[in-house]
Amino acid sequence: MSAVSLWLRRAWEHDLAWSFRHSPVTIAAALLTLLCFSGALFAPWVAPHNPFDSATLNLSDGFTPPSWTDKGQAKYLLGTDDQGRDVLSTIMYGARISLGVGLASVLFSLVLGVSLGLLAGYLGGRLDALIMRIADIQLSFPAILIALLIDGVARAALPRELHDQLAIYVLVLAIGVSGWVQYARTVRGSTLVEKNKEYVQAARVIGRHPLAIMLRHVLPNVTGPVLVIATIHVATAIITEATLSFLGVGVPPTQPSLGTLIRIGNDFLISGEWWITVFPGVALVVLVLSVNLLGDWLRDALNPKLR
Amino acid sequence: MKLRHLLAAALLAFSATSQAATLRWGAQNDILTLDPHSQNHATTSAILQHTYEGLTRYSKTYGVEPCLATAWQQISPTQLRFTLRKGVKFHDGSPFTADDVVFSYTRVLQPQGTMQIYVSGVKEVKKVDDHTVDFLLSGPNPVLLRNIADFRIMSKSWSEKHKSQNVQDYKAREETYSSRNANGTGPYILKLWEPDKRTVFAANPNWWGKLEGNVTEIIYTPIKADATRIAALLSGDVDLVTDLPVQDVTRLRGEAKLKVLDGHEVRTIFIGMDQHSAELKYSSVKGKNPFKDMRVRKALNVAVDRETIKRVTMRGLSIPAAIMVAPGVHGHSSDIDKVAAADAAGARKLLAEAGYPNGFEFGLDCPNNRYVNDEEICQALVGMWARIGLKAKLNAQPMATFIAKIQNFDHDAYMLGWGVVNLDANYTLQSLVRTKTTGADGSFNLGRISDAKIDALVDAMKTELDAKKRDVMLREALVATRDNYYYVPLHHQLRPWAMKRNVTAVHNAVDRHEARYTRVD
Repeated sequence: MSAVSLWLRRAWEHDLAWSFRHSPVTIAAALLTLLCFSGALFAPWVAPHNPFDSATLNLSDGFTPPSWTDKGQAKYLLGTDDQGRDVLSTIMYGARISLGVGLASVLFSLVLGVSLGLLAGYLGGRLDALIMRIADIQLSFPAILIALLIDGVARAALPRELHDQLAIYVLVLAIGVSGWVQYARTVRGSTLVEKNKEYVQAARVIGRHPLAIMLRHVLPNVTGPVLVIATIHVATAIITEATLSFLGVGVPPTQPSLGTLIRIGNDFLISGEWWITVFPGVALVVLVLSVNLLGDWLRDALNPKLR
Repeated sequence: MKLRHLLAAALLAFSATSQAATLRWGAQNDILTLDPHSQNHATTSAILQHTYEGLTRYSKTYGVEPCLATAWQQISPTQLRFTLRKGVKFHDGSPFTADDVVFSYTRVLQPQGTMQIYVSGVKEVKKVDDHTVDFLLSGPNPVLLRNIADFRIMSKSWSEKHKSQNVQDYKAREETYSSRNANGTGPYILKLWEPDKRTVFAANPNWWGKLEGNVTEIIYTPIKADATRIAALLSGDVDLVTDLPVQDVTRLRGEAKLKVLDGHEVRTIFIGMDQHSAELKYSSVKGKNPFKDMRVRKALNVAVDRETIKRVTMRGLSIPAAIMVAPGVHGHSSDIDKVAAADAAGARKLLAEAGYPNGFEFGLDCPNNRYVNDEEICQALVGMWARIGLKAKLNAQPMATFIAKIQNFDHDAYMLGWGVVNLDANYTLQSLVRTKTTGADGSFNLGRISDAKIDALVDAMKTELDAKKRDVMLREALVATRDNYYYVPLHHQLRPWAMKRNVTAVHNAVDRHEARYTRVD
């Protein structure tokens, strides 16, 4: 018990916690992020309707405006879309897909980028040159272009039905591959600095396996910047996913993400049914903004020069 | 008193100046060619009818009326004598005679063209004298007069002079004099065709008929993109647009400068079901085909809430359908096209009676780029059927993939739309309901429906010349198709046009705007 309270106390007094407590913007961002994440995570339990259960849909409720307008209905807080689906519920289910794809692709980028960065930095030589030239080439393309390329190739290579089943994994792969360079370059830079330090040399002298040195000694000392990049990358990945889905090449419409919802709603904007596209858009902005603010705070808090 | 005179004078002056008018007409597609025997393409036919005419033409109510022929007489069941209109001149001044009809008939039959269908069943066209021709038929043909409305007459002397006796081979990208120039007998003379840019016509002062409108010049502009076409109308660059994106119609109705002319298209949207396979391919029911049971098909029918689809999905732009042909098609009558209200409880009861109290799963194939809101309609159907326990697995795909899939019978149920080119219901019955053979019979009977009684009626109607008797048969066959629930008709598509307030046009169900009826004031 006392160990726990001691740990809590230490955490509370830690630099990070201190800077967190003293930044109201960050607290607000964290709360919003928490709200978005829990809304998405617990959607099947907390959403007012299940928009993907066809039997509960009522087409005659289609195009109901938000509840506070004249023709609104109390049971549809943010109105309904063309098929009578509750917009709030579709947003919650959509955010699930968006966040899932975002987090999974960040994890993928992170593992790929950190491994390649460690290898390049620690081993050096031709491998280093090769990895870094590939990174340079990839950096000269916008990430969205690379994601589009991978998605397009998958679409052409896989039969249609298989592709629909695998669409989300393809998307994770596409966004993940397009984002590894940043991690690799950062980790390589830090590794180059760390590998000449005495503790690494000592480990080498006593004959530890290079892999063990990389993972046990170098890696823990380069995690700070990686964490910052990853947080901000979550926001970027969500936006990339939304962009791809908006262009119609992301997730299939049967599992709509926020981007898909915005695209579908876009068709109804001119004819006056603004809520179908505006609310998913607002949800996307809030989600990305709060994650970005958290990332910014983390970067500042972990940067000794800004203290 | 004085004021009234002044007003009257002003009005008079106004109406006098409004006599000659230019119509700037916009639509999505351009024509493919000016050769009237080359391409059976909806837009090309719709534009060329202003210049080229047939022996007959459709009236405003889709009946057949005389055009280049003034009268016709059935000499025997397989011989029809046409009296040609006298004093008609082609735009180049050459007179119209029986030789031109015979020449056009031999020309339209050339294999590189695609318009032979409009003279199908005609064995020979024989000149009797300068203003009389005989059509010799391979069998009695009650729809001949409708078909030949699209058999357009060219001048023999003009074609020979310009070495255009041969139909343009469009597929081989051939260009001929007649694919770049036009010389018909029609109400408008072609002045200019700049592909994908504009087509200009001027009124023909020597036309045998009389324009009902006041349009003396037509400028037709193809505008591919929906948004651009609507923007052109809103900004006043065009006076009339004959194909509107559905979601913009409401907004256009609210524009003070514009008016929307409502009208329908002779196209019926429906769901077909596999009623032939021993077992459905994508269904949870194994060992039998539930769609062979009429009660199941009826359940699918009565579960559909057509009024709600009309109100929500189609935004009012459809006519709920009970039969397979639309108003305007010969054979349609509103007393057999009455839609009953949706009845989910009744549908569930029917399913229980058929032995599926908990429903079942089946595949539903839909196009997603062909008909107005096609995918959205299918999604709505999935919901309506889910409420009676049927789980339709929707597979929405582009038309090209879709049509190949369903023509291979690789489907449980599918959505399709059917238009009627010759405006006769037997065309629909023969293509969609008649038992499938290798020819035109059952060419799109993709559920492989086979009903001996309807087959007999369809075959009899192909040659029945007694119009009254044939009408009774048409009605009987349409009702039999409806009452056996061979299809799930959804609605007849509406196709509104939008125009400036000062334009008056006559709507057309086969999407053929005729400028001779149009006024610009």
